[in-house]
Amino acid sequence: MSSSPSLNTWSDALSGLSIGWFPLGLVIIAAIPLVFIALYALTYGVYGERKISAFMQDRLGPMEVGFWGLLQTLADILKLLQKEDIVPKMADKFLFVIGPGILFVGSFLAFAVLPFGPAFIGADLNVGLFYAVGIVALEVVGILAAGWGSNNKWALYGAVRSVAQIVSYEIPASIALLCAAMLAGTLSMQQITMMQAGPGGFMHWFLFTNPIAWLPFLIYFISSLAETNRAPFDIPEAESELVAGYFTEYSGMKFAVIFLAEYGSMFMVSAIISIAFLGGWTSPLPNIGGLELNAMTSGPVWGAFWIIMKGFFFIFVQMWLRWTLPRLRVDQLMYLCWKVLTPFSLIAFVLTAVWVINH
Amino acid sequence: MNELTIPIIFYIFAAVTVLSAAFVVFSKNVIYSAFSLLFTFFGVAALYVFLSADFIAVTQVVVYVGGILVLLLFGVMFTNTIMSTELKADVIHALPGTLLLLLMIAAMLFTFYTGGGWMPGLVQLQGSVVESIGLETMSRYMLPFEMVSIVLLVALIGAAYLARYDKAHKKEQ
Repeated sequence: MSSSPSLNTWSDALSGLSIGWFPLGLVIIAAIPLVFIALYALTYGVYGERKISAFMQDRLGPMEVGFWGLLQTLADILKLLQKEDIVPKMADKFLFVIGPGILFVGSFLAFAVLPFGPAFIGADLNVGLFYAVGIVALEVVGILAAGWGSNNKWALYGAVRSVAQIVSYEIPASIALLCAAMLAGTLSMQQITMMQAGPGGFMHWFLFTNPIAWLPFLIYFISSLAETNRAPFDIPEAESELVAGYFTEYSGMKFAVIFLAEYGSMFMVSAIISIAFLGGWTSPLPNIGGLELNAMTSGPVWGAFWIIMKGFFFIFVQMWLRWTLPRLRVDQLMYLCWKVLTPFSLIAFVLTAVWVINH
Repeated sequence: MNELTIPIIFYIFAAVTVLSAAFVVFSKNVIYSAFSLLFTFFGVAALYVFLSADFIAVTQVVVYVGGILVLLLFGVMFTNTIMSTELKADVIHALPGTLLLLLMIAAMLFTFYTGGGWMPGLVQLQGSVVESIGLETMSRYMLPFEMVSIVLLVALIGAAYLARYDKAHKKEQ
């Protein structure tokens, strides 16, 4: 299954490490994405979003705690950790507690197949892309559990809206990703990335090697906004109508867990779109004559850097759109999905098939 | 990964599957039954992975968790009197039930010990499973594949017809 000789050598060595019967190495590997997401959500996710939204509205954002408010998120997390764990009296205790857990697990499962550089991928499945699209289903159940368990009409409305939206937008998103899978001829995330590597840097990416890929790229990007409940598709948590959607009743650490899951899935869809159309961990810089920029900026560490940077770029675009576009109505949301995105994704599918056959 | 880890993981998933399936049957609350199905489906998917059938495992998650379970939950949540209705999950006929259970277990064990044994394929599968599934679907299993798609299309049209906004009916009111 390994596509390059050096793939996963250090992680395989690490997984062999165990103290007595306890497989310490496996636990460490499983903890890596969690720690990464926690750090990214703390720094770029929360702080970055607050700063970016502040600058877009000509404000300063958090400035009080630490230099330029850098320690603000840390203070917030400490505050959330100390909060009393409140479960509403009339809530369904079991579902209320288990909902954020399922949501959290669901948003992290896809990280198993994301390739972080030429030398590291959690599991190089030959159905990687399919897995990454399908595992989101778990998140849907978590949202429903949270919304129903809260026993609150806003929470239930938010959950039902959110699930209807995720289930509907999965269709154009999957067809758009299928176009990328057709261009690559494989579903393995590592293989899809390898297909887009080359000395020409960005010129080998699917978005630039053929004339149709921009259509599935745009369709997937729009659908991914809806799947992560980001603006302009944030009707599940529309503050002006539903207080906060399915997490209205949550406070303290459970609220933090839901937010971590949300930032986790934001990074996940951004990484998937980078892998499918923008070459994943490959370097964007081309070799120009004797100046081998591409060779200089490739390798395991550079690979991790590029995929994370590409992911962060798309997260920045998501934040940018949030403060630019107004929220859609429910009927507009469904109109966009079923009457615009789905037909266009089918057209993109056929055009890509024609391109692949004739090329 | 050492020798012990894989059996331990297998038994964890097997236990999750069986216990959650038992909870689905014995729970008196429909909502809990429906949410418990999640763990059953997930455990079954994990068991598929242990059989090296990763494509079927992912399909299991997509179809059952993403499709059927969500529909089921929606259906249950839109029913008015779910919280007030007590499901009957009592044991009514203990003796016949136990006899039937023992008989079925005996039959299954009999088949397992007499007709058991894995049948390995004549040709060792090379390369990606997805590719061979696609080729087989588009060549040898073309007719069943097309028939399934027609059945699904008919179901879709039927559902759209039933849910359609009825203009003539509205005018009468």
